Amino acid sequence: MIEVKHLTKKFEDKTVLDDVSITFEQGKTNLIIGQSGSGKTVLLKSIVGLHTVDQGEIWYDDRQYNSLNFKQKKEIRKEIGMLFQGAALFDSSTVEENVMLPLDMFTEMSYKEKLSRVNFCLERVNLTEVNSLFPSEISGGMKKRVAIARAIALNPKYLFCDEPNSGLDPQTGIVIDNLIKNITEEFNITTIINTHDMNSVIEIGDKVVFIYEGKKIWEGSNQEIMKTECKELNEFVFATNLAKKLRENP
Amino acid sequence: MKFFEEAGQYFILLTKVFAKPEKYILYYRQTVKEVEKIGLNSFGIVVIISIFVGAVITIQTNYNLENPLLPRYLVGVTVRDSLLLEFSSTMVALILAGKVGSSIASEIGTMRVSEQIDALEIMGVNSASYLILPKIIAAMFFFPILSLLSMFVGIFGGYLTCILTDILLPSDYIYGIQYMFYPHYISYSVTKVVFYAFIIVTISSYQGYYAEGGALEVGRSSTKAVVYSSILVLLANLILTKLILS
Ligand SMILES: Nc1ncnc2c1ncn2[C@@H]1O[C@H](COP(=O)(O)OP(=O)(O)OP(=O)(O)O)[C@@H](O)[C@H]1O
Ligand SMILES: [Mg+2]
Repeated sequence: MIEVKHLTKKFEDKTVLDDVSITFEQGKTNLIIGQSGSGKTVLLKSIVGLHTVDQGEIWYDDRQYNSLNFKQKKEIRKEIGMLFQGAALFDSSTVEENVMLPLDMFTEMSYKEKLSRVNFCLERVNLTEVNSLFPSEISGGMKKRVAIARAIALNPKYLFCDEPNSGLDPQTGIVIDNLIKNITEEFNITTIINTHDMNSVIEIGDKVVFIYEGKKIWEGSNQEIMKTECKELNEFVFATNLAKKLRENP
Repeated sequence: MKFFEEAGQYFILLTKVFAKPEKYILYYRQTVKEVEKIGLNSFGIVVIISIFVGAVITIQTNYNLENPLLPRYLVGVTVRDSLLLEFSSTMVALILAGKVGSSIASEIGTMRVSEQIDALEIMGVNSASYLILPKIIAAMFFFPILSLLSMFVGIFGGYLTCILTDILLPSDYIYGIQYMFYPHYISYSVTKVVFYAFIIVTISSYQGYYAEGGALEVGRSSTKAVVYSSILVLLANLILTKLILS
């Protein structure tokens, strides 16, 4: 479980997150939705500590993350896996080396053990026979999947995904969504996903939080979202004609 | 004001770089890779430039010393001393600042803007140390070798000129390059190069590490890397020359 309490983040004078409090549940896929520029990425990066926050508390289970020192933070970071908006694979390393790096850094496994763990993770995301390719040689969807494999290599307790299916076709997007959901349930991970994709919300939104101009203005499940009275959320959910038609004839 | 801010940030980065490595074997592996990228890949350019400069200094000096009162072998002495004292250290460092500096800044800058550095940090890796320390070690170890190479090749370039043209007898040239040879010129040069290596790698890494934005900013940071490290190399040359020769 991850809890944020009264989180405020400013860049110079611009308030990007304004008094945000959310509880993210373990074993569930927690979705953060909102328009482009609403502050989703900043929220995610604040939770993992890539941004320092101006006010508020961040709790990883019973540990208050933003009051820890550098060394203690590092211990928590080893329990975190993160998928970045652009995959962020290491360009000069092969797929195999990418997934192996966290194992190299933080385990005492032999090369054989590491290799079998890498192959296990790659198989988990339905990738085989790409071990020796470089990131520039695989497709966008494959990059995302390699990034997921890298994120789960150390069996994380917390998984963060920034727009896991942006730039992908709807089918591949759903494959990736389901993959994340399965991994979350299988390993009982606390997973937080940023998205502005309504497909994902409907497919895997165990818990959905709506951010609007830096404020949390709604939370609930993907069942509840269709019937919401919240005006801004309605505009967001039913932005497309397809969605509007679905609302009229469900 | 901005200058002090940047200088402060630079030294903070250095303290991160020299933190205790997580795993030595990984750093060793990275260092080997960097030796190839930074060192071996610069062989060609150093050889080509040195051979031409050696040849040109020979022709120039020969032209200027065309006086019956001056012994011919002085050409060899001048070529040798120009190479040993300044060209093979400072000029080669400036060339490497252009080649290695820009590639380091754009490599690290790209990693920054494409969130690869964030990805390392999230894993709990000290990204500054993991990315920069191997480059520093590789350069401080390999730049002196490139400098020595440049001395040999430059002198050889002069010799080649003597053979291919008839401006100077090869035997005069050979006599000249041995005449009043002070071995400490070499150690003096090598010492300077070690400092230059540190300057070029850390300044360029700093520019890349704090790049912000996109491809445009990465390009800008690599230009800045070359300009700043060249200026600092020249400044260091002044200070080191003063220190070592006094
Ligand atoms: N490093 C930064 N410095 C200054 N402002 C920033 C910085 N990062 C983000 N912002 C601002 O914070 C706001 C929220 O940005 P953020 O990246 O969180 O949006 P987002 O919800 O993730 O959008 P998208 O869906 O397009 O990814 C934007 O207005 C952006 O300009
Ligand atoms: Mg974003």
